[in-house]
Amino acid sequence: MSERKTILQVKDLQTTFFTDSGEIPAVDHIDFHVKEGEILGIVGESGCGKSVTSLSIMGLIPQPPGKIVGGEIVFQENDLLKMTERQMRQIRGNDIAMIFQEPMTSLNPLFTIGNQMLEAILIHEKGWSKKKAKERAIEMLQLVGLPRAEEMLQDYPHQLSGGMRQRVMIAMALVCDPKVLIADEPTTALDVTIQAQILKLMRELNTRLNTAVLLITHDLGVVAETCERVIVMYAGQIIEESPAKQIFDDPQHPYTKGLIQSIPDMRFKKDRLYSIPGSVPKPGSIKQGCRFAARCEFAFDRCIKEDPELYETSDAHQTRCFLYDKEGAEMDDNKTLIESR
Amino acid sequence: MSELVPKVDGIAEAKLEKTTGPWREAWNGFKKSKVAVVGVGIVVFFILLAIFGPFLVSQGINDQSLPDRLLPPSSEFWLGTDDLGRDILSRIVHGARISLWIGFFSVIGSVVVGSALGIIAGYYGRWIDTIISRIFDIMLAFPSILLAIAIVSVLGPSLQNALIAIAIINVPNFGRLIRSKVLSIKEDEYITAAKGIGMKDSRILISHILPNSMAPVIVQGTLAVATAILEAAALGFLGLGAEAPTPEWGKMLADSKNYLQSAPWTMIFPGIAIMLTVLGFNLMGDGLRDALDPRMKS
Repeated sequence: MSERKTILQVKDLQTTFFTDSGEIPAVDHIDFHVKEGEILGIVGESGCGKSVTSLSIMGLIPQPPGKIVGGEIVFQENDLLKMTERQMRQIRGNDIAMIFQEPMTSLNPLFTIGNQMLEAILIHEKGWSKKKAKERAIEMLQLVGLPRAEEMLQDYPHQLSGGMRQRVMIAMALVCDPKVLIADEPTTALDVTIQAQILKLMRELNTRLNTAVLLITHDLGVVAETCERVIVMYAGQIIEESPAKQIFDDPQHPYTKGLIQSIPDMRFKKDRLYSIPGSVPKPGSIKQGCRFAARCEFAFDRCIKEDPELYETSDAHQTRCFLYDKEGAEMDDNKTLIESR
Repeated sequence: MSELVPKVDGIAEAKLEKTTGPWREAWNGFKKSKVAVVGVGIVVFFILLAIFGPFLVSQGINDQSLPDRLLPPSSEFWLGTDDLGRDILSRIVHGARISLWIGFFSVIGSVVVGSALGIIAGYYGRWIDTIISRIFDIMLAFPSILLAIAIVSVLGPSLQNALIAIAIINVPNFGRLIRSKVLSIKEDEYITAAKGIGMKDSRILISHILPNSMAPVIVQGTLAVATAILEAAALGFLGLGAEAPTPEWGKMLADSKNYLQSAPWTMIFPGIAIMLTVLGFNLMGDGLRDALDPRMKS
């Protein structure tokens, strides 16, 4: 597995929103990479910078108020942030495609599915005839498991259900064989049975077409079911990165532990579901120390004074917590405490 | 292609209903309102009158016959004659052409210019928006008929200049309407999705934003035809529109004002023609609003 090439690398990305009430660093020095054909999950509460990360990669940050103030996004050895708008248009949809949270509003209500799919194809495949594009559209609709694909080309978005529309969106995103598919909460607006179908479909397409998927979600269940690796984000930072299985077996950051504890478990009857006390701080409001310190049960002096970095705890597992700083000594008591839980 | 689609027996073939497009749906909603259908009836009547009427009336519009001046309605002159002995019916029929022509073309002019400016202002925002919006505000600060009079006096009084003036004064109405609509549409997810598949700004404007912002423009446009006809009549009445022998309805009203007591038909019938046309367009516009506005649907 390790010989797969890195296809997308985000280095030290900073995206800031400049508003009347001050600068909001929505994405704050983020580093991660996506390998060919891999499914990488990004998890976090709402407002932690997941969607801003994905829009930054696509170059779709609304500007103003948003601006990418630093870092690099390297896709196949080219820095996307240095590209012109024209070059970016070549990449969007063709090399990197995106599907959105709301399948209900992601299709133009005035045009038929066929109309919109052909448009998506013909933007990038300029030499294609209409007939060829139509065949391709039908092929893709069948690939995402839609029955009566040919007739569906004549349908308007309002005639389809949410799950069908999300399938259409996926078909549209995959129509030009993108190398990376960014799925921004693709199942959030759908009910549970459809969610499972869509996730299964995305996994299948990932293995069949070898498209790398960046799956953004707030649902750890979705990660467990789909991803190989996972990144946990909190207040604009990456706080933990690990293989997906490990994050459930051995969560390290107190926040990740809290998240996993707050998943309802059907096997044991508990009166109350665990929840992390407090709420997510506004990005930029914490100037010093660990951003989770105020909500953390294990916080000690150092946490409010210094910024933790990502500490390597085992192979491919990193955590932004002083408890895992091997050079620090004072945390030993706390570590025993955290492990005893 | 059909052989690629696996035939699920019966289920796939049994289409529930014929695919309904947005236009068909709007028409179905429109038909439900009786008043709107009456409005369409009136409008269609006047359009037919404008197209075919002049071939049906016997008298020419400028056939003067002084012995027949100011005759009341009779079997020979159905709507009477005016101060020069001209048949009022045939003048109204010819006048329908002029009024509808002014109504339609001035509105088309203001819609085209107003949409272009409004879309640019709404989509690009920032300083472009500021400039365009302030120009609209300045134009709206004048009473519209006053602005029209000013424009016509600069261009010189004629029917064509009246049309241009009416088109100009209506531009900010459409511009602001479209701008506000574009502001909300550009935040819709399908616009982001369109950018996400690599679509150009110009293409997004034309194929996504423009069609989606058209519904209120169609409604406003229909209502504006009525206002434009009224404004043209007002300009004609003030002697700033159509010139002497042209059978423009407002002009006919102006010419007959001296005979209001002795020959009221010279004023009543052109007045009724104006009123009916305006009523027809207004009813149709209201019906269209109900049919096109999704919030009005139950």
